[in-house]
Amino acid sequence: MYTQALNAKDAVVPVAGPEEAARAERFQARIDAEERIEPNDWMPEAYRRTLTRQISQHAHSEIVGMLPEGNWITRAPSLKRKAALLAKVQDEAGHGLYLYAAAETLGSSREELVDQLLAGRAKYSSIFNYPTLTWADIGAIGWLVDGAAIMNQIPLCRCSYGPYARAMIRVCKEESFHQRQGYEIMLTLCRGTPEQKAMAQDALDRWWWPCLMMFGPPDSESQHSDQSTRWKIKRFSNDELRQKFVDATVPQGRHLGLTFPDPDLAYDEAAGHWRFGAIDWEEFRQVLAGNGPCNRQRMTQRRDAHAAGAWVREAAMAHAEKRARRARAVPEAA
Amino acid sequence: MPTTSISPAATPLLTCVLRRADDALILGHRLSEWCGHAPMLEEDIALANIALDCVGQARSLYDYAAVVDGGGLTEDDFAYRREAGAFRNCLLVEQPNGDFAATIVRQVLFSAFIDPYFRALAASADATLAAVAAKAEKETAYHLRHSAEWLIRLGDGTQESRARAQAALDELWPYTGELFEVDDAEAAVIAAGIAPDPRGLAAAYDATLEAVLGQATLTRPAGAWMQTGGRLGRHSEHLGFILADLQYLQRAHPGATW
Amino acid sequence: MAEQKIPLWEVFIRSRNGLAHKHVGSLHAADATMALQAARDVYTRRGEGLSLWVVPSAAIVASDPSDKEVMFEPTASKIYRHPTFYEVPDDVGHM
Repeated sequence: MYTQALNAKDAVVPVAGPEEAARAERFQARIDAEERIEPNDWMPEAYRRTLTRQISQHAHSEIVGMLPEGNWITRAPSLKRKAALLAKVQDEAGHGLYLYAAAETLGSSREELVDQLLAGRAKYSSIFNYPTLTWADIGAIGWLVDGAAIMNQIPLCRCSYGPYARAMIRVCKEESFHQRQGYEIMLTLCRGTPEQKAMAQDALDRWWWPCLMMFGPPDSESQHSDQSTRWKIKRFSNDELRQKFVDATVPQGRHLGLTFPDPDLAYDEAAGHWRFGAIDWEEFRQVLAGNGPCNRQRMTQRRDAHAAGAWVREAAMAHAEKRARRARAVPEAA
Repeated sequence: MPTTSISPAATPLLTCVLRRADDALILGHRLSEWCGHAPMLEEDIALANIALDCVGQARSLYDYAAVVDGGGLTEDDFAYRREAGAFRNCLLVEQPNGDFAATIVRQVLFSAFIDPYFRALAASADATLAAVAAKAEKETAYHLRHSAEWLIRLGDGTQESRARAQAALDELWPYTGELFEVDDAEAAVIAAGIAPDPRGLAAAYDATLEAVLGQATLTRPAGAWMQTGGRLGRHSEHLGFILADLQYLQRAHPGATW
Repeated sequence: MAEQKIPLWEVFIRSRNGLAHKHVGSLHAADATMALQAARDVYTRRGEGLSLWVVPSAAIVASDPSDKEVMFEPTASKIYRHPTFYEVPDDVGHM
């Protein structure tokens, strides 16, 4: 996303001591003044590391997220739905691409970041480790998962790191149709046959709690939040975003005539919020640790695609070199 | 009953429209299978673009098929409620994706035909077909350019990529003959000035392939034996599996709206 | 596992005739043709442009942010370059 060849690791050597502290102070002052940080600017190593981790995880999530939805492209029940779903999953590839590029401006190459994912050293959103079992899951993912993602991503458009903020602006603009297409699928199912409505209810039952987990651990347990907030990478806490999502989503679900799988869900008139039941954080930890229903399957698919494409990437590079060699040879021969 | 498969009366015009539409749908379906599994992210997006163009072409053509048929059918009826034997696509487009080389070779072999075909069809006496073709031709010209560039990269890349590309070419070559077949239905629309005669496009096809294969350092297969049957509904085993995926929900929930 | 890295390119789009090309993002491609096609496929899916440039990222020479003061501050005092520096009576009309 920015004007530098960043396949190579950058050579910035952190300087210890008072000079470093003064730089960090000036850096924080720029952030406090709502200035954007750009790739060539000095930044604390921890800022660089935090952002590289967050942006690459975000990119990995987009790429792994293509798999559960991609499952249904060939089985989409109408040509209109097929085109919309294919365009949506394609957008996710694009978002992964923008995000990898943003992460690359911090000095790690896409190849390195992808290797981290494939080696199991990088995380991605827990939500994509759940299976898409019926067509209604495609509706539920659009409505709920993309809905939750938008809650997370809109504040990131104002993130202190310029390339990330710009990537998020593009992503949010493109994603505006994703949630609507999901909700429209749910609406059509809920107005359809009893079997279709049951399919929609079942999808909500399975996706609701994992979606609430997408916002991450409760504020009381979140490791990265404080520093990320000071650096204006994060503008709202996990719990704030989660509450916002629930408040926005519950009326939409009621409009569909669906029941949320939470007996404790109730409107708190005084606070103006929907109060929800306890989240099973043990499930969240297990899914993050690799024990979700589809973790292994998703990683196997990614590794297989990467390995199966190796000869293609190699051929493209070999051909480019041949072409370049010939182009250099021509003027000499002439 | 909506479960029942449809089998529209095969007038020459409807047959001609469905052949083009089915080619586009089945090729689009095959390309869409790549989504999430391509060799690099940029190519994932490129293949999805081609697939979306194909699905779009199929939809326009099925819309017109419904008009020609006149029986109140929709685009989805044609895609989701015909048995394999009623599909009129050529065998080439239903061949499996294989490795990336097979997908690229299939695309080159098909695009090198359909692009000049649509260009000629844009001058059709049938105004709807002419309009659909004029729009589609811009898309297929890009498909040809994109896939030909890749074939050159693979052919003139590494030893492995060259071997894979040549193997794919040898494998898929026998499916190219069908593209140029003219039966009675085809002859009738050609005579009416509705569709171009594919035999008239053969020389341009050969020239395109010669140029691309030459740069790709690949050898055009010598075998003259060509497979046939798709245009009449006699398909390879692959189409049944494609339709099992494609039509499953519509078949499982007859009459439902999605 | 030391896979060769595929070069990075910067993409610029002219969104309408009469406007300049604007930087929109990056991508990876082995050669210029691939880069141009990928730019089309990745960055113009929603009718964003009429013309594309792709430039190898390595070919871009950027100013050093730590030079910011030296490079850009001396211009701040040259207020006589701006029209508002000069006084023209109101009754002269728009100038």
